[in-house]
This record gives sequence, structure tokens and C-alpha cells, in this order.
Amino acid sequence: MISIRNLSHQIGGAPILTDISLDLPRGKISALIGPNGAGKSTLLSLIARLEKLQGGSVIVGNLTVGSCSNRELAKHLSILPQMPDQVPRLCVRDLVSFGRYPYHQGRPTADDEAAVEHALAVFGLTGLAKRSVDELSGGQRQRAQIAMTFAQDTEYMLLDEPLNNLDIAGARSLMALLRDLADNHGKTIVIVLHDINYASRYADWLVAMHDGQIAVEGAPAQTVTSDLLRDVFQTDADIQHIDGLPIVMV
Amino acid sequence: MRSRLIWLAVILCLCCIGYMTIGARGPLSFVIPFRGTKLAALILVGFAISTSTVLFQTVSQNRILTPSIMGFDALYVMILTGAVFFLGGMAFVGLSDQIIFAVTASAMTLAALALFSTLLRSAHSNLMRMILTGIVLGALFRSLTDFMQRMIDPNEFSVIQGASYARFAQIETDLLMIATVVCCVGVGLAWRMRFALDVMTLGREAAVSLGVDLRRTQMKALVLTAVLVAVSTALVGPVAFLGLLVVSLARLVTPIEKHGVLFVSAGLISAITLIGGQTILERLFKLSTPLSVVIDLLGGALFLILLLKGHRR
Repeated sequence: MISIRNLSHQIGGAPILTDISLDLPRGKISALIGPNGAGKSTLLSLIARLEKLQGGSVIVGNLTVGSCSNRELAKHLSILPQMPDQVPRLCVRDLVSFGRYPYHQGRPTADDEAAVEHALAVFGLTGLAKRSVDELSGGQRQRAQIAMTFAQDTEYMLLDEPLNNLDIAGARSLMALLRDLADNHGKTIVIVLHDINYASRYADWLVAMHDGQIAVEGAPAQTVTSDLLRDVFQTDADIQHIDGLPIVMV
Repeated sequence: MRSRLIWLAVILCLCCIGYMTIGARGPLSFVIPFRGTKLAALILVGFAISTSTVLFQTVSQNRILTPSIMGFDALYVMILTGAVFFLGGMAFVGLSDQIIFAVTASAMTLAALALFSTLLRSAHSNLMRMILTGIVLGALFRSLTDFMQRMIDPNEFSVIQGASYARFAQIETDLLMIATVVCCVGVGLAWRMRFALDVMTLGREAAVSLGVDLRRTQMKALVLTAVLVAVSTALVGPVAFLGLLVVSLARLVTPIEKHGVLFVSAGLISAITLIGGQTILERLFKLSTPLSVVIDLLGGALFLILLLKGHRR
């Protein structure tokens, strides 16, 4: 479980998050949704220790973010990173093998090699293993990065808007992969999503944020309502229920 | 990759032999220690410059910056000039070289940390601003140095004159012992950081996710950069574009994103450039053009090309 208590954050004096307390369930996919500027990404980067905590606490499993060692945390919590503009000239296998760095600190053992091969196989990248990352398509690159995060073998995985730059096929197969990771590998996944429909279709738990605070949280069927759209997203769209799941008629 | 590194090592050996033997007159008992110390100093300088450049490029996450473009070595010369300016030439000469080196190197490390760590933190998203700030800082250091040099007594000026421009033919061999120790420790520590540096090329977020202590690694790399620049500047003076030239060449010769390989190939190429260039210019062609001019010409052209190409890689 990820427990967040009394988390507040400011950037340049402007409050981004105000007094957030939240528990994200273990072994499930939790989606952070909300309009632009609601503080979703900030919340995620605070959990991921990409930003320094200013007030409040974040506890991931039994590790306290900010006071436990980076290396220890890296074995329990991973972030799907954003690639720098300048993609390093690595082959896919080398990129994926970076996922084992927290364990071997640069000197991979046979176990690490096996974990890398396993990650390549799970994500269907074995055939691309020797290709250079900068020759891949956006979707393939994303998959390679997720394979790296998978090879890191952490119980908790954080993803910040991973569907950006993916077409519908890429987005669906990525979400299905995450679903599989949660259901069959026991991963706890926290994901920032823009599209409510993807969130309600694939996530177990939704956290809707508004102005740096939690507006609503709960299972998709209970959270995605016309009230949510009106109060949080300031738009009135119809909501239809298909197979018990709420779908926003965009 | 390994065979390319071996080839580089062979070329370096040939250059060393050429440097030691070509045009050698007089008894070997004189020639060997006389040229040997210079050779050792050139190798040290080569590795110090290439290693500091690789470190700085990785920390700043771009490949057209070098510590010299950012004014690192100008800072060294400024500290030295400031010492003569405030202490007076006599007092300065009275100090032992080792003490001067230790003091300037540590002052420079502190100054570099204060300046460049804030710069790296605030501007890691804005490359152009960072380059400009660095160039402006470098110009500032050089002008202040010039200003102080004009103010002091001409006799005192001669004390620091040697420090103000690159000279590969006359090397301050008095400092060789301490420089060797510092350089070996610095390069050794950089070598031990190579895996963390590899991770840092994946970007800030990936490095944090993989458990690299970003702030500490950056600080360590900056301190090492400052110390290594201090070593090379103490030995041969400021070298503007050598680092950029050799590291870019190394990325071409060994196109692999591993600092373990990059450190070695850049160091070897750097030493080859210095020793080979010095041998060819000084011994074969008997040219009076200093090697630093040739290197700056080539390096400057390369800098422009990289800048115009849009610093993609």
C-alpha cells in the first residue's frame, strides 16, 4: 500500500498540493485523473522522489520516501521514466538491462541476465533486442522502457501519462499489459491518465484531483458520474453504462 | 570495441616512442629523464582533460559543453592571478609550488561547486541559457584576470605569465609528483563512478528510478572535474577546445554508451593528440606554431559544427 499523509507542496510560493491524505490499494491499478494543473503529476513525482518532499509523508510498503536509501527504494518502487530528447545510442537489451542496476550496481550476475531475457520475452522484444533504441517507433520505445521498468522487478510501479504519443492499438496493449502485471504479477500500479474512459475501463481505483486536492476517490463505477465531470472537469458530457462500466460520451 | 581500444593503445605507444627518440641528440642519460618527464606530464594532462570533459558532459547532459567552455580553467588562472595580486609576487614566489597547487585546486573546487551546481540545477532544461551563462562567466573570469595582470608590477606579471596560456613545450614539471597523485586519484574515482554515469545518460527520471543518488553523483562529478582541470591547467595552462575535440572523436571511434569504454578511448585519444601533435609539430616539421593553436582551431571548428547541427549528438 502507498500511504500519503498530509502532503503539501508549493512551487515558487504557489500551492500545488494542499494537505493530501490518500491510501492507494496494493496489487491494483490506481489512476490519478483530473483537469490540467490539478497536481496529478506533482503528486506522482513526490511519491517517486523526483521532487523533494516539502511537507507531509509518503510511505511505500514499509519504506518511507525521503528517509530510506535510494538504492533500497529502487528495489521496491520504479517510475516509467521520460526519455531525454537525446535518446542514448543503446540497443534494446542494454536499455532493459539497466533495470537491474539497483541489484547489481554495474556488474550483472547470471540472475540479472535471466531477468533481462525474461522481460524482453514478456514484452515481445526478443526480436528487437539488438536494435538501437533510437531506431524504434514511439510505441516500441515505450514498450522497451516499460520492459526496463519490469526488469527492475519492483512491487510498485508509477507511470506518468504513458499513453501520450501512443495510437489506440499501442494504448490498449499497454493498458492490457499493465492489467496483466497487476493481476498476474501482483504489481501495484499508479498511473496518471488524461482519458477518463481508459481509466474507468482499466483501473481498479480512481483518484480524481482538483486544485491540488482530492475531489473523489473510489471504484470507477462509483466515481465517474456527471457530478464528477461537472465539478472537477467543468464540462457536461453524457455518461453511458456499458457492461457496468461508466463511459463518457466525448 | 576492445580491438579498437588496443589499436589506440598501440598508436599511443608509437607516438610516445616517436616523442622520445626523434631528433634526440646528446647522451641518453640526459634525453630520457628530460623528455620522459614531459611525456609523463602530457599523458597526465591528456587523461585529466578527457576525463573531466566526459564527466562534465554527462552531468550537464549534453555533448558540446566542456569545462573550458564553461570557464573552469579561466577560473583557475584567475585564482592564481588573484593570489599574486593580493599577496604580491615575492610572497607568491616564496610559497612552494605544492602549496600553491593545493590551495588553488581547493579554492577552485569550492568556487566551481558553488557556481556550476546552481547553474546545473536551475538550467538543466535550458541548454542555450546554460551555454551562454558559461561563456559569459568564462569571459568574466578572463577579463578580471586581465585586469589584475595589468594592475600588477611587470616583474610580478612574469611570475604568472606562464599560467595564462597553453604551452605544451614547456611544462611545469616541478608539480609532476603531486599532479600524478591527484590525477590518478581523480581518474580512479571517475572510473569507479562509471556505472552510475551510464545510468545518468538515461535522463534524470530514469536515474532516480534506478536508485542513483543524483545530487551526490553530480556533486562528485563536479568536484572531480574541478580537480582534474586544476591539474591540467597547473601543468600546461588553459586548453580551450582540446576536451571537446577528443571526447567527440572518442564517441566516433568507440560509438558505445559505456563510460568504462569512453573514459579509456577518450583518454588514449587525448594523449595521442597531445604527444603525436607535439612530436609532429615540434620535431618533424620544426614548426613554431604552438600545438594549442592547432587544437583550438580544430576544436573551435568542431564546436561550431556541433552547435549548428543542433547538438543532436
